[in-house]
Amino acid sequence: MHLVRKLLLSWAPRYSLLLLVALFTTFPFLWTLSTALGDAGNIYAFPPQLWPEAPTLKHIDEARQTIPLDRFFWNSVLISGATVAGTLVLASLAGYALSVLRFRGQRLVFLAVLATLILPSELNIIVNFITLTMLKLTNTHTGVVLPLLANAFGIFLLKQAFDEIPAEIFDAARIDGASEWQLFWRVALPLAGPALAALAIFTLVATWNAYIWPAVVLQSPDQYPLAVGVLYLSGTFAAKTRVIAAGTGLTILPVLILFLLAQRYFMRGLDGAVK
Amino acid sequence: MPTFKHYPSRHHSWRDDARAWLFLAPALVVLLLFAFWPVGLGALLAFTEVNIFDLTASRWVGLANFQALWDDPTFITSVVNTLLYLLVVPLIQLAALALAVLVNAQLPAMKLFRTAFFVPVVTSVSVVGIMWGWMYNEDGMLNQLLAWLRLIDAPIGWLSDERIALFAVMFVTFWRGLGYYMVLYIAGLQALPQEVEEAAMLDGANRWQRFWRITVPMLRPTLLLCTLLSTLAAMKAFEEVVVMTGGGPIGSTYTLAFYAYDQGFRAFDFSRALAASAVVSLIGFVLAWINFRFFRTEGR
Repeated sequence: MHLVRKLLLSWAPRYSLLLLVALFTTFPFLWTLSTALGDAGNIYAFPPQLWPEAPTLKHIDEARQTIPLDRFFWNSVLISGATVAGTLVLASLAGYALSVLRFRGQRLVFLAVLATLILPSELNIIVNFITLTMLKLTNTHTGVVLPLLANAFGIFLLKQAFDEIPAEIFDAARIDGASEWQLFWRVALPLAGPALAALAIFTLVATWNAYIWPAVVLQSPDQYPLAVGVLYLSGTFAAKTRVIAAGTGLTILPVLILFLLAQRYFMRGLDGAVK
Repeated sequence: MPTFKHYPSRHHSWRDDARAWLFLAPALVVLLLFAFWPVGLGALLAFTEVNIFDLTASRWVGLANFQALWDDPTFITSVVNTLLYLLVVPLIQLAALALAVLVNAQLPAMKLFRTAFFVPVVTSVSVVGIMWGWMYNEDGMLNQLLAWLRLIDAPIGWLSDERIALFAVMFVTFWRGLGYYMVLYIAGLQALPQEVEEAAMLDGANRWQRFWRITVPMLRPTLLLCTLLSTLAAMKAFEEVVVMTGGGPIGSTYTLAFYAYDQGFRAFDFSRALAASAVVSLIGFVLAWINFRFFRTEGR
């Protein structure tokens, strides 16, 4: 009994502080959720009701009818899917060349890819827009995706993963007569699974959430992904707070669920992005 | 320096070369076009009157674009605001480190707290803008809470009062970034050797002493890395401005990077936008270079 009391006393300050901070970081989400699910009444009532009395899904239906949420959703899926697939292909091929292959100019390529990590990226958004204008790719999903594939951190993440594969495995496969392509496809890629997963989830979250770049490239609203569309509509339908809250909730939900499921891989990707 | 672990020992032939370059080609093309080209071309175009439909028709104007920046009071406001924005750096680093220490314990529910703190990091800035727009509303929860605590008599116009709006936007940057730096600090804390702290504990150092005399000095590389990352982020901050205030009220929330974005995509003055980006780039590059140099000499 004495021990329990002592433990509780030493834990209480830590837990109350943590609870307070957790409320601070999650309150806007909770409020948005309860506004989306609430039925009627003053949304700005205080103290806020974090679980509405009669929760209803009607605002989600209304949101889908008033604003082209389904369209935005598919645009998001298309843009994110293409970016993830493209990033995985480009980064694994280049990472494999830098890790496993040997060729003239290797050092130069390595340093060049490294340099992109410290090159200033502030000019990119404007010049890349000019480049896309010249390629006639503005207002297309291709135009959004292509520049996002320039991802040096992905190349390094996968180079590192391939480096960790014991050389004997490659040697054994070479002796068995495997071609370089087979080594890449059948040996290296399966063994780099966790790194591929980390890069995929990290890229997916970043692309799904991207706002500025797609908003710059895309001019017609029917091309917008959710992150752009929902802000565009919150200006138009400002009075319908509950409807916008429902749309906002639908924007966050997929990526939040994914993050919760694959948190471990996401953190690994984050680690790679910093180093 | 690069380490190439899997070098086969045999001598390479032109066929090996060709194959490797085939593997590299797709990534290199994209990097050249969208990472190297913009820096070179952007630096050049900043000294011209840009014609974005026909770049060859751009006219060399020397330093005129930079002169125009200097003469624009909004640009000066942007510089001042960007310097003010740096206030976020010490606050967010202190708070993130404190959170990391609190949450880095073998106690129940710690993982849950970490996740709760990290959720804003994986949320789109547009959603953040919408949600905080509601929080900052005249009748919003922030004003209601402060009134309930009897701290204010009349609601505060968080985003409509030009003396306050910039700080309200900075606060959202703090809210968004807290979990990110916390995770970096947790990684730093977990990499520390336990023996030193245990030895200090045996020598009778209390928790407070152990934190300031042992943990903080040993955490120096992480502290510096996070401070530099967050300084870089503060110098380039503009997404929050785009989604929350659009630079207003009365131009009071312009930051350097927002100024560049605004000149390019709202005023369509790409010459001036590039000149402003060049200024941000130069500052960013110097900071990134310091970062790189430091961590190389530290042997990371």
